[in-house]
Amino acid sequence: MIAFFIKRLFQAIIVMFVISLISFSIQDNLGDPLREMVGQSVSEAERQALRDEMGLNDPFLIQYGRFLGNVLQGDLGTSYFFKEPALEVILKKMPATLELVFGATIIIVLFSVPLGVYSAIKPFSWFSRVVMGVSIVGISVPVFLTAIGLIYLFAIELGWMPSYGRGDTVDMFWGWDSGLFTLDGLHHLILPSFTLASIMLPLFIRLIRSEMMEVLQSEYVKFAWAKGLHSRRIYFLHALKNTMLPVITVGGVQIGTMVAYTILTETVFQWPGMGFLFLEAVNRVDTPLIVAYLIVVGAVFVVTNTIVDLIYGLVNPTVKLAGK
Amino acid sequence: MALLEVKNLEVSFGLRSGEVKALRNISFNLDRGERLGLVGESGAGKSVLGFSILNLISRPGRISAGEIWFDGQNLANLSAEGIRAIRGNRISMIFQDPMMTLNPVLTIGQQMVECLQAHRKISFDAAKTIAVQKLKQVYIPSPETRFDQYPHELSGGMRQRIVIAIALLLDPDIIIADEPTTALDVTIQAEIMELMVELCERNNVALILITHDLGVVSQATQKTIVMYAGRIIEQGPTKEIINDAQHPYTQGLMNALPQMAIPGQRLNQIRGAMPPLQRIPTGCAFNPRCDYAEEACKRELPTFTRSGNCQVACHMVAAMRKAEQTQEGV
Amino acid sequence: MTTQSQNKLPEPTPSAWQRFKDSNIGHSFIRDRVAQISFTIFLGYVIMALFAPLIAPFDPYDPNQIDIMNSELPPSWDAENGDEQFWLGTDAQGRDLWSTILYGTRISLTIGICAVLLQATIGIIIGLIAGYRGGRVDSLLMRFADVQLSFSTMMVAIIVLAIFQASFGTELYQELAMTMLILVIGIAEWPQYARTIRASVLAEKKKEYIDAARVMGLGPIRIMFRHILPNTLSPILVISTVQVANAIISEASLSFLGLGMPVSQPSLGSLISSGFEYIFSGAWWITVIPGVILVVLVLVMNMLGDWLRDVLNPKLYKG
Repeated sequence: MIAFFIKRLFQAIIVMFVISLISFSIQDNLGDPLREMVGQSVSEAERQALRDEMGLNDPFLIQYGRFLGNVLQGDLGTSYFFKEPALEVILKKMPATLELVFGATIIIVLFSVPLGVYSAIKPFSWFSRVVMGVSIVGISVPVFLTAIGLIYLFAIELGWMPSYGRGDTVDMFWGWDSGLFTLDGLHHLILPSFTLASIMLPLFIRLIRSEMMEVLQSEYVKFAWAKGLHSRRIYFLHALKNTMLPVITVGGVQIGTMVAYTILTETVFQWPGMGFLFLEAVNRVDTPLIVAYLIVVGAVFVVTNTIVDLIYGLVNPTVKLAGK
Repeated sequence: MALLEVKNLEVSFGLRSGEVKALRNISFNLDRGERLGLVGESGAGKSVLGFSILNLISRPGRISAGEIWFDGQNLANLSAEGIRAIRGNRISMIFQDPMMTLNPVLTIGQQMVECLQAHRKISFDAAKTIAVQKLKQVYIPSPETRFDQYPHELSGGMRQRIVIAIALLLDPDIIIADEPTTALDVTIQAEIMELMVELCERNNVALILITHDLGVVSQATQKTIVMYAGRIIEQGPTKEIINDAQHPYTQGLMNALPQMAIPGQRLNQIRGAMPPLQRIPTGCAFNPRCDYAEEACKRELPTFTRSGNCQVACHMVAAMRKAEQTQEGV
Repeated sequence: MTTQSQNKLPEPTPSAWQRFKDSNIGHSFIRDRVAQISFTIFLGYVIMALFAPLIAPFDPYDPNQIDIMNSELPPSWDAENGDEQFWLGTDAQGRDLWSTILYGTRISLTIGICAVLLQATIGIIIGLIAGYRGGRVDSLLMRFADVQLSFSTMMVAIIVLAIFQASFGTELYQELAMTMLILVIGIAEWPQYARTIRASVLAEKKKEYIDAARVMGLGPIRIMFRHILPNTLSPILVISTVQVANAIISEASLSFLGLGMPVSQPSLGSLISSGFEYIFSGAWWITVIPGVILVVLVLVMNMLGDWLRDVLNPKLYKG
């Protein structure tokens, strides 16, 4: 277990190091902090003096070291637009994004496993055919079109759902304002969650189905039948546990895609999350905010990938995680 | 009355190109405690026969005709729950490759206990006691430790012993073993085979041993069935078949054994290969490869002729026996 | 005697059509209605893209042919407001929607295909090297592929393009948009190919004919390209079909975010994006029609990919 964490920590440090390098070079090359601070009216000599004072003329390594030191203290600079610490701005928006991802994940897990398993067990039934047909259409529709379609149908034509925003939120602890505990907040969450889920769900249904069909052909499943086990146990323990191994791995890779698609989903639904904020920051060339987003997203990647690896190790006995 | 009675069994596979019969007109009996060898080249249908007894053939295959009588029930058209209660309980199976047979993500213990619990109302602890005792029977050292281990922590020979222990868990009447030693190291093969014979004898369990190895059959079984292209072509006491094979195909198999070859000369192969099931020739299926084939062999399907204690499906043998009888009659 | 000697005559080489019909793919294609329809539609798209300048009644890039007075006209079947000239209506800038869609399809397909060509080239070379050399080179390259994959394409593309746009300024960016899209999508997805090719190489390398080739003194490059690569063609074909579909979706999504093709030279994605502003005011066609065109294109490519996967049944890298 300790070895696993050390290895993981090492990988995390490398990934974060690369991200910090990229972030730093963005900060270094994108936009002039001086202009943001003092405007155009200051003379060239005064600017040079200010630059020296701020250390902007120092060698690269020294500047990077200073940047790294600040990052480690949680200081990612001040957002040009919000005039607030960039990290705080981002963290304030993080719950909205996490709740969206959470909603989508629940939908994906809730639907993909039963549908995938069913269409693997009964590949020739009409329902499986419908599931497979819908899923290939689902893969082919870009997320933003799904979003537009859902808004058009459920918000405009039928008027059942709100078309944008997060609705009412409640303040939880640590400044986490949550939409999960108000009816209005949940109401607002439905369409964006389904939109975000729509890109992954068909992928997972198809993956689970094909893995499960392969597992059902395996010798150990045939042996389980020959042992006279109940079909429930064969499908949902013997087969499903083996099916989930590759699915977990792919799921880990897809987390990144999911975060990327939050940007699209949040844009269409004007969901006040990190992704929406990031696009705004790009349009305003708000460099500290862009950098802060990169670092936060990088950290999210590292943490989730570690969790996925951990789960994989727990499910798959051939991975020596516990180090017996 | 025989323990297991198979009558005119026929198994078909519905392929896109049409229906193909993998087994035709299979009939045989198995007595309590009897050990039966099923021999033939790969593709002869011996594994299909083994699996069809427990109705374990998967789509697109199915039992299309015939009866399998066991304990007053016809296994061929038993309900799903009915056949489930027999599988692993009264009739259990041993598969070919122990590396693939055990589920990699479940412990040995889980895979043993679940089998007991599927057929009996039994607590985990009671099931564990039985499981450990069976592991001892198959000479697994420190069975309590093995009980909690995963398959990948054990060697191939060890895993096959565990598979055998699982097959013995519920004290079955019949064990069907599908090439149980083929995937193992040569050094372990004999060991596993001896173990199986010993356990069957001690517990009075009937064994259906599916193999292409006539040597194994001669050592382990009392009765032999030789199959070719989905049909039984010769069956009878193992000793008679080994010492005095009647059917030209069985003779060919015997002659092809390495022991039969003259040192320094090539092994005696049977020429040609078994036809695929879609293209089985008319008449006797073996006729294109048979040295004795005559016109009748190409036209008519041979019926069984008694020869000693054996049944042989061959026109030549039938003609010879007829000639003998008429001689005796004169 | 005569029949025998006739039999010995060399059979005439079968025609290309005959060979196609006898092959596995051809056999399945002739039986599979879905594959035929998908292929026909795909062919239609290719023709639309290739001959867009000939088919299109207007040139959407020519300001002289655009009249802002014609903006947001509904399709011509709308008897009240429709105009005979523009059978699918016009967009917010008064461009003929049909012509714009034709040119947009051309751009989307070009970006998709070029990006995949780039992916395939990088991926195949890296996959061949990793699989053939093995050892440390292999583990390093595959480690790299893992990291690249875990940062999904969309994420990398959004960040890279956003930063480029912010640093180059919108105008210069618009000129370079197409190249940038091809580069970003092309570079981000190479691991898909590299892993599959590597797996195939490892499988092929064990076979005897490779040993034979090596014994005959053939060099590694010749062995890789002449002997191993041809055996990996079916996984490459299957991946490529799906990858083009994915690349088109990625391009559309990026354009929708305003990080892709500019409105002045719209792909299907940017066309949908530009129409999104007007969808609630009733001008549905600017979004819906290009949307349908896009979805159908991606759908038929995915169907073809599925069909190829079923027929060729290659060992694809999973996970």
